[in-house]
Amino acid sequence: MTETNSLIQIKGLRDGLLVALDDAPWEIQRAAFLGQVDSQPAFFKGARLALDVASQVLRVDDLVELRDQLSERGIFLWAVISESPTTEQTAQLLGLATRISKPRPEETRQFSVEDLGEDTALFLNRTLRSGTRIEFAGHVVVFGDVNPGAEIVAEGNVIIWGRLRGMVHAGSKGNKDAAICALDLSPTQLRIADESSAILKPQQSPKPEIARINAEGKLQAEFWSVG
Amino acid sequence: MPAQVITITSGKGGVGKTTAVANLGVALASSGSKVVCIDGDIGLRNLDVILGLENRIVYDIVDVIEGRCRLKQAMIRDKKLPLLHLIPAAQTRDKNAVSPSDMNRLVKDLRNECEFVLIDSPAGIERGFRNAIAGADRVLVITNPEVSAVRDADRVIGILEAEDKGPGALILNRLNPSLVRSKDMLSPDDVLDLLAIELIGIVPEDENVIISSNRGSPVAFDQKSRAGQAFRNIARRLKGESVPFIDWENQGGLWERIQRLAGRK
Repeated sequence: MTETNSLIQIKGLRDGLLVALDDAPWEIQRAAFLGQVDSQPAFFKGARLALDVASQVLRVDDLVELRDQLSERGIFLWAVISESPTTEQTAQLLGLATRISKPRPEETRQFSVEDLGEDTALFLNRTLRSGTRIEFAGHVVVFGDVNPGAEIVAEGNVIIWGRLRGMVHAGSKGNKDAAICALDLSPTQLRIADESSAILKPQQSPKPEIARINAEGKLQAEFWSVG
Repeated sequence: MPAQVITITSGKGGVGKTTAVANLGVALASSGSKVVCIDGDIGLRNLDVILGLENRIVYDIVDVIEGRCRLKQAMIRDKKLPLLHLIPAAQTRDKNAVSPSDMNRLVKDLRNECEFVLIDSPAGIERGFRNAIAGADRVLVITNPEVSAVRDADRVIGILEAEDKGPGALILNRLNPSLVRSKDMLSPDDVLDLLAIELIGIVPEDENVIISSNRGSPVAFDQKSRAGQAFRNIARRLKGESVPFIDWENQGGLWERIQRLAGRK
């Protein structure tokens, strides 16, 4: 039993459970899975279930049988994901979804790095569009623009090789020495540690700027110049 | 050749998605391509009204998906333009009546029926939008030269990139050249600078658009209208022709000077 159980992986999704089976014979998998369901009925009852059957080839009868067995146990099967076109077609025939929406990567992204040294940076080689939020427990470097509606929250410094027109919070855990640099510093809002500033005006001909907390404890931006 | 499936979307409402679908449908069909327009805005259908086909609806997209009719029965053929077809949205249901895989199947069935499938997306980035982009080969993002519309377009482009639907191409709608010149409106350069995607057309502000929409006869039928011309140019670009962009900023100036000379303004 433990051997077959290891064939089954169960993950929580935004809108239900994802059960991933592998390529072992269908009857064995099905029995093992139902066994697992029956051993923890409370956990599964009322669940919305998506089933990833890898390259398993399934016919209408197979899926109908499973769907009925699941619904007897109070589980709603709404999606079957498969690499096999036959199975995918079967699922579509039964009105099941064949793709579960990916977790939206444009929404909050939290990167975690274990054993963070002082010099860890996240390098983003793209433009951050509206709706993107990046949170990072180190420095953030963007090779691209940060558009209005995008947000970066970093515990360290933030460097943008491009236009900054969104919101950036550097030193988010209270580091007052953090800095924010951009080739064009025209943010909707800037924050360093607990200081915030929204008074930067867009310039006609942008120059690189660096924003820091000055000696008076206020957030201040200065043009960058050689030397 | 299997059809090109093109979804038109914007994020923000009221920027001209439905008008664009109707006009591109008319322009493509007038130039000899068989076109099927799908109204994806279930519960708030409009495309039928703009195309002037409202009184001919018998079956709608939900009827097809739920198997109450065959696909062909739901395709309304325009009498003026026999190559133009519409699959209307259901007015009495909501977005949840359709799933992205339903749309995929529907689009798959249409691929061998025509040259272009144009899908009108609802506003927003929720279920209806996801349905509308599910089957698309190509997405056109439409926006107005307004800060809020551009912000939403940026968000939509971000989602398209994340869903591997490519960055899409941009239609800039309702550009007012004289406001751009007086620096009271974002210029095409300002918009492209932010969105950084391919531009496929600029449609100038034109009151004929509203007049013709209300009449149920899209402005692309009107050979004299500037907006109609812009939509016809976009249609040609969709067919792979290279059509130079009209320089609205200068053209508008000249046009207005003529209008002023003629005492019309």
